[in-house]
Parts: sequence; C-alpha cells; structure tokens
Amino acid sequence: MMSNFPISEVRTDFPILDTKINNNNLVYFDNAATTQKPQSVIDSLSNYYSSYNSNIHRGVHHLAEKATEEFESTRETAKSFINASSTNEIIFTRGATEGINLVASSYCKNFLNKGDEIIISEMEHHSNIVPWQMVAKENDLVIKTIKVTGIGELDIENFKSLLNEKTKFVSIVYISNTLGTINPVKELVKISKDAGAKVMVDGAQATSHKNVDVRDLNCDFFVFSAHKMYGPTGVGILYGKEEILDKMPPYMGGGEMIKDVSFEDTTYNTLPYKFEAGTPNIGDVIGFKKAIEYLNTLGRENIYRYETEIRDHTWNELKKIDRIKLVGTSDSKIGIFSFYVEGFHFYDLGLFLDAKGIAIRTGHHCTQPLMNKMNLDGTARVSLAMYNTYEEIDYFIDELKKIISK
Amino acid sequence: MITEKIQKEIIDNFNMLDDDIEMSLNYLMELGEGLEPMNEDLRVDDNIIKGCQSKVWLTHTFVDDKLLFLGDSNTAITKGLLSLLINIFNNRSPKEILDSKLFFINETGLCRFIGTQRSNGLEAMENKFKLIALNALKNG
Repeated sequence: MMSNFPISEVRTDFPILDTKINNNNLVYFDNAATTQKPQSVIDSLSNYYSSYNSNIHRGVHHLAEKATEEFESTRETAKSFINASSTNEIIFTRGATEGINLVASSYCKNFLNKGDEIIISEMEHHSNIVPWQMVAKENDLVIKTIKVTGIGELDIENFKSLLNEKTKFVSIVYISNTLGTINPVKELVKISKDAGAKVMVDGAQATSHKNVDVRDLNCDFFVFSAHKMYGPTGVGILYGKEEILDKMPPYMGGGEMIKDVSFEDTTYNTLPYKFEAGTPNIGDVIGFKKAIEYLNTLGRENIYRYETEIRDHTWNELKKIDRIKLVGTSDSKIGIFSFYVEGFHFYDLGLFLDAKGIAIRTGHHCTQPLMNKMNLDGTARVSLAMYNTYEEIDYFIDELKKIISK
Repeated sequence: MITEKIQKEIIDNFNMLDDDIEMSLNYLMELGEGLEPMNEDLRVDDNIIKGCQSKVWLTHTFVDDKLLFLGDSNTAITKGLLSLLINIFNNRSPKEILDSKLFFINETGLCRFIGTQRSNGLEAMENKFKLIALNALKNG
C-alpha cells in the first residue's frame, strides 16, 4: 500500500537529484554518509552571505542584529525539534563528532575517577569509540562494550551484565550507520540510569528518519549533525541537560565563551555560550533552521511511513538475490542495507554501480570493530532517504543483478 | 623507451573504448583475469602494498639484471590496474623501471572514473615497483 507521501514535490525541492552521472540519472543511495540539500537550505546560505553577513552577538549595527536573530532562532527551532526544555541545552558544534568529544573531554575528564567504567557498544561509529579511548587513556578509565547479536541487535542481557557501581557513563548509538538497526534507546537509557550512569545518545542517523524527544528518552546528552538531515555540513548540536551542562567546565577557550577576561583570571559566559568559543559557523547554522523546518513541514511520521515502505521494497528485492548476504537483519531498522556478494568485491561493485549513476558507499563505514567481529573487510551499503523512489530501487536491483553476474 | 611504448599501447587500447566507463571497467577486469596466478602462500602480509584500499600483493625475482613480477589483488578492478603496471615493468632492468614515468593514467582518463583514492592506490603500487627496483639496484 503506497502512502500519500508527496514524493514528486519533494524531489523537485532537491536540485541535485536532476544531475546526470555518466549519462545516467543520479540515484543517490549514500544518505547515511550525507544527505542532499533542499533549495530552501541552499537559498538561505546564499541569502545570508548576500544580504546580512555579519558577526553575531555584541554588534550594535543592523546586520549584526539580523544575523544574531536568525542564528538564535535556529537554536529555538532545534530546541522544539528535539523537545529540549530550554535553549540553554542546545549547544552548536561542528557536528555529532565534536559533541561527543566535548562531553568526553569536559564531563568525563572532570567527573570520572580512575577505574571508573564507560560502556559503549560493538556497533559504534569510530566517532563514538575514539573520544572515549582518548579520555580513558589519559584518566585511567575502563571501556566496556555491549555485544551485538548475529542479526545486528544490541544484546541487552549482555549490557545488563556489564553494569556495576563503577559504571559512570554509557554512550550508545540510536541507529547504526552500518546495520540500520534502531536500538531501543529509551529502554537502554532507563537501564543505565537505574545503575547510576549518565547516558549519551549518538543520534546522527536518527533525526532525519524518526521523531526524537530527548525528554521522553530521558538521556543526559544527545548529539546530531545537520548534514545528515538535509542541512549544511559543519554544523551539529549537542543537547545536554541544563543542570549537567551547567556544572561542566568549558571545552575550548576563546571569544564568545567568556564573561570577563583579565590576565589574572577569566570568568566564563553562561549556557549555552560557554561551550561556543570563537565565531561560530553562522551561515550554516542559519541554513540548518531551514532543514529542520523542511522536515517539520513534511512531518517526520509521514517521512518515517514512506521510508518504511521503500525500505521494505528494497529488503524484499535484495532477499530474492541468492548471492547477496545482508548484514544487519533486525526487524527494527531503517533503510540502511549493508551487504556483500560472495565472489564479487564490494569495491568493484561500487565502481560498476557508479558507472550506472548509482551512488553507494563501500568499505568499513567507520565501524572497523564491528567489521572485525563479523570477519568482514567491508560491505557495500545502500542507505535510503525520503527522496528515493520505488523506480530508483528497481533500477538499482536490475543493475546489481547484471553486475554480479559478470 | 620500452616502458613508454607499452604505455602508448595501453592508451590506444583505452581510447578504442570511447571513454565508456562500463566498458573500461570490464576491460580492466579482463586484464586482471589474464594475470599470471599467484600462489596462496605468496599472498601474505609481507607482500602487501600499503596505501591501497583494496588488498594488493606483489612479489618479484631478479634474474640477469631483469626484474620479474608476480602480483594479485582481492578486487577485480585493482587487479586490472596492477596487470597494467606489471605489463609495463615486467622483465625490465631496475634502471629502466626507475627512469620510467607513468603517464598513461592521465591520458586514458582512467583517473576520472577511478577517482583520487584509487589513483592514490595506483601511486602506492608504482612506488612499490620503484622501491623494489631501487633495492635491486643497490643490492645487485
């Protein structure tokens, strides 16, 4: 049953989708890496630079006022988007990666003690592994990992068995960028908090596909990136509960994050500015608002419904091809399909599909520990977004069959 | 120089494919399939070329001032590229290898659809051939 999702209108909003690649229509299936941008986002960037580019805050002139107003209105829009309690809980970063680094550096370095334990999972992106390793090495902390089952789900019983009085921090991915698995984060947050740990959720793959309500999840921190949800690159948000952020020391020093500076001492600015040292990425933050508005206008429930339909169609078609081995087959997943073909290297597959205008990603997808666990060098990955169509999927499946029969 | 002559032949062969990417990839695959097989026991970490996204193994023997190469890759396209390099460098003296300059990549347009990362992989392969030649020259 096809939904009433306005797919034709949506596609016309994304000018890049009309591009020809090697004389074929572009079929963009690399959305987990980054999504394309609607015209409203592109226009807002151009409009900012051509009409009111100015540094924000502290300016008395018209352009500074206008830029500040637009910049801060993204914070307000983002607050509502994830249902945070206050704009003090919305910190602009360069992306999800910086958000994780900020918390690892500011929170864990200052509030965890030697021997304390941090739990992550085997399906984490390198961005949710390396910052913890860095802080653990420097502060003698211990990292434990939740096992992933054969179908690509987190082993909850294993998670429970890792928790103890030393567990001070848990950082888990909402939706796996390699497997597509949607983890039961609300349940995981509750289990973690019952054990007395703080919890961070890596929502980089979640916000373009699902409704996110940080108060309902009850997580302490939540990170996401604009560019994976139709917004500009180089912008992300760290959400943190205000009472926790308030206690955390600044992560970087510089302009904007200070109240008073003398050579003897410096007092820091209040939230959210104390974590936003230096001139921020003003134009892209402003563009980010348009991406959120675009998602809000379509409605994330509608998007999720349509994306589930095209996910099912892709899944059914891939399952029909014997030589395709899917990695990550949980029922609770979005339209991310990692697979390999016996006797056909994923790298060759990516090149042959590119010749047909089909953009997929190949490799370890920044989840090397997961690949090692599964004894794979890498996979081919198709990741869908709301502008993908049944026709594109059918074209991809046809070309895939032809290529692997070479 | 013979290495230049071979590269010109490679360019002519690719030019016949009219810049058709799929045909070029198929051609590379065929070239790879024609490569002399490499025994499993030679496909070890010691023979791996670092810097390639896919795995590439290369071994050599040095007889009568000529280097003879044997190579393999776990991806078909890279194996095709490797076969081109082996074709250029096989049975040449270390000096011939060190003096040669690879120009066929840019003139066949291979780099356009193989991309920077793969071009870099090719560079790593070229460097390995030249390193082997350098060592052969030094050690006799």
